[in-house]
Amino acid sequence: MFSLASLRPLLLATAVLAGSVGPSAASEVRPPFGYGTPATPEQIAGWDIDARGEDGQGLPAGKGDVAQGAEVFAEQCTACHGTFGEGEGRYPKLAGGAGSLTADRPELTVGSYWPFAVTLWDYINRAMPFGAPHTLSADDVYALTAYILNLNNLVPEGFVADKESLPKVKMPNHDNFTWQDPRPDTAMKPCMTNCVDPSTLKIVSTAEGQELTPRTTGPLDDMQPK
Amino acid sequence: MPFSSFEDARKASLAAGVERVQVPRRLLLKMAGAAAGAALIDGRTARADGAAPPADNEWSQSLGAGVVDQPYGKPSAEQVDVIRRNVPWLTAGTESSISFSPLQSLHGIITPNGLFFERYHAGRPDVEADKHRLMIHGLVDRPLILTMKDILRFPSTSRIHFIECPANGGMEWRGAQLNSLQFTHGMVSCAEWTGVKLSTLLEEVGLKKDAQWVLVEGADGAHMTRSLPLSKCLDDCLVVYAQNGEALRPEQGYPLRLIVPGWEGNVSVKWLRRIKVGDKPWYTREETSKYTDLMPDGKSRGFTWLIDAKSVITFPCPEVPLSGPGLYEIRGLAWTGNGRIKEVHVSTDGGVNWRQAELKDPVLSKALARFTIPWRWDGKPAFLESRAVDETGFVQPTLAALRQVRGTSSVYHNNAIQTWQVKPDGSIYDVQLG
Repeated sequence: MFSLASLRPLLLATAVLAGSVGPSAASEVRPPFGYGTPATPEQIAGWDIDARGEDGQGLPAGKGDVAQGAEVFAEQCTACHGTFGEGEGRYPKLAGGAGSLTADRPELTVGSYWPFAVTLWDYINRAMPFGAPHTLSADDVYALTAYILNLNNLVPEGFVADKESLPKVKMPNHDNFTWQDPRPDTAMKPCMTNCVDPSTLKIVSTAEGQELTPRTTGPLDDMQPK
Repeated sequence: MPFSSFEDARKASLAAGVERVQVPRRLLLKMAGAAAGAALIDGRTARADGAAPPADNEWSQSLGAGVVDQPYGKPSAEQVDVIRRNVPWLTAGTESSISFSPLQSLHGIITPNGLFFERYHAGRPDVEADKHRLMIHGLVDRPLILTMKDILRFPSTSRIHFIECPANGGMEWRGAQLNSLQFTHGMVSCAEWTGVKLSTLLEEVGLKKDAQWVLVEGADGAHMTRSLPLSKCLDDCLVVYAQNGEALRPEQGYPLRLIVPGWEGNVSVKWLRRIKVGDKPWYTREETSKYTDLMPDGKSRGFTWLIDAKSVITFPCPEVPLSGPGLYEIRGLAWTGNGRIKEVHVSTDGGVNWRQAELKDPVLSKALARFTIPWRWDGKPAFLESRAVDETGFVQPTLAALRQVRGTSSVYHNNAIQTWQVKPDGSIYDVQLG
C-alpha cells in the first residue's frame, strides 16, 4: 500500500508533462478501482426498503385497513404510544395537537405536523416496533399506517392503505414547510464598545435554584421530573 | 522477605505499606532513584501525610505498575468524574437519547474518544465488522457491495471536524434551565476522522444523469436515514472507519460512518450500510417530524443542515468556578459549519464592551477552535460572554435576536451567545439577559 503523500511529486510531474507521456501515475489513484463486488438485484431488493415521502416510490405490494391496524397497534404499540396514540410518559404522542402549532406549547403529532403520509409507512417499517424494528409484515405496516391516520381523522374508518392510496393522503401541515434554509436570519454587528446601555441589563432567566441540572460529579444522576 | 522480580516487590510494597518493605539490593541497583532506594534500605520513611515537599509521596517510594498493566490505557482513576452524562428526565429511556461531553474538563480541540457525545435513536448496535456491508445503488452505473476490507483499500483521507447535534442548547430556548456547561453545550465534540471521500465512492459506482440526492442509511435498529444533496456529498463528505487514529468506537458508528462536515450531527449517519442515489429527497421521518424548525407563525423550516457560528466560555463555568479575585485566563471553544472561525470576542460586562480573544493554532475549517483571553477579576459581579465571527463575516447572535425571528418552539439550532453570571464568591450561573 502506498501513501498519497508520497505520490504528490509524481502527480505534479504528471501535470507538467500532461499529454506528452503514456498512462499517468494520476490515473492509478482515480476511480474505478474495481474493489468490492457488484450488487445483485436480489441483494438490492433486500435492503432497498425506503419509501419516498413525496410520491411513495419504493412502497411495496400489500395493504392494510384501519380495523386491522387497531389490532396490530394494541399488540405492538400501546405500551409506549397509549391506546389511542396519546403517548405513555415521554414516549411520542401520535395523534391530536391540531391547530396547536402557534400555541405556547405546540403538540407535534402525525396529524398536526407530519407533511407526508408515506413517511409514516417508511418510519414504522424501518424503525418500529421500538424493541424489534423492521420485523412487521408490509400488510401490518400498511394497517398501522391506516390506523394512525384514522386516529388523526385524516382518513375514514373504511380506509385501506396501499401503495396507491397512501401518497394521495393530504396531510394538513404539508404546505407549512419550506425546504430552503433561509438562514442567516440574524445580522448582528460586531460592535466592540458601549454596545448596550448597562442600566438596561437585567437577568431575565436563571438556572439557579431550578433543580433541573443533573449532578456533574460522582455517579450518573437518575433524577426524574418533578 | 526476598523478591524474585520488580512486580513481586511492587505488589508487596502496595500490600504492606512502603516503609516495611525490604527490597533486595540487586533489584535496587536497577532502580532509577538512588535516594528513594536508600530510604527504603534503611527502613525509614520520608513520607509525610499531605502534600510533599519536602517529603516524598508514597508513589515516589514504591514501584509503579508495569507495562501492559492496562493493555488499553485509561484515564487516571482520579478522573472518575470526567464522563459523559445524560439528563434522565429529558427522554423516555436511554436507547433513544443523548449524552453530553464534559467540556468543563477538556483542554483541546480534540475530544477523547471515550468522551465524545452520544446520540442514539435505537440504542448502540454491536456491529460485527466482518459481516458489515456498504451497499451503493440507485441512479448509478455499477451498484456495488463493499466489505470493510474493500473500503480500507481505497485512497484514504484524514480531516479534523466537529460534530454538533442541532439540539445542543435546545433546552435553553425558553429560558435558562441547566446550570452546567456539560448540559448546555456538551452535544458537540471534535475528532480526526480517517476514511474515504464519499466522492471517490460515488465516482467508483458512476453517477447517472438524473442523480441529485443521496439517501444514507444506518445499520442500527432505527435504520437511520437522511437525504443529502449530491453537491454536498461530492464536496467534502467522508465515509470513515477511524476516529483519532483508532477504529471508530461503537458509540460513533463502528465500523463505518458518514461525516458531513459542518452540518447537523444527525446527517452524519453512523453504522453506515447503504447509500442510495436518487433524483429527489426522501423526506424521511428524521427530516420532517424531527430536525425541522417550527417558527412562531406555525410555518416550519426543513433541510436546515448548517451549523452556524457558535462559541462558549469553558472556563470559568458553573462546574469550574473562580477561586478568588486575581488574574485568570478565560478559555473557550468556537466553531462554525461555514468554514473557519475568524474572530472571537469576549465580554465580561454582559455585552456592553468586548475585547478580541486570541485564537489558538490550529484554526481548522469546520473544527473546534480554542480561544483565550486574560482577565483580572476584581471580585465583583460580572457577566461573561463570548461571540464568534466566522470567515463569512457572520456574527454569533444573542438569544434575544434569535427569539425575535424564531420564537421559542424551534428546538434546534440554538447558536446564541451564552452568558455566565459571576457572583462575588466566584460561583458561576447560567443566566439569560434581557
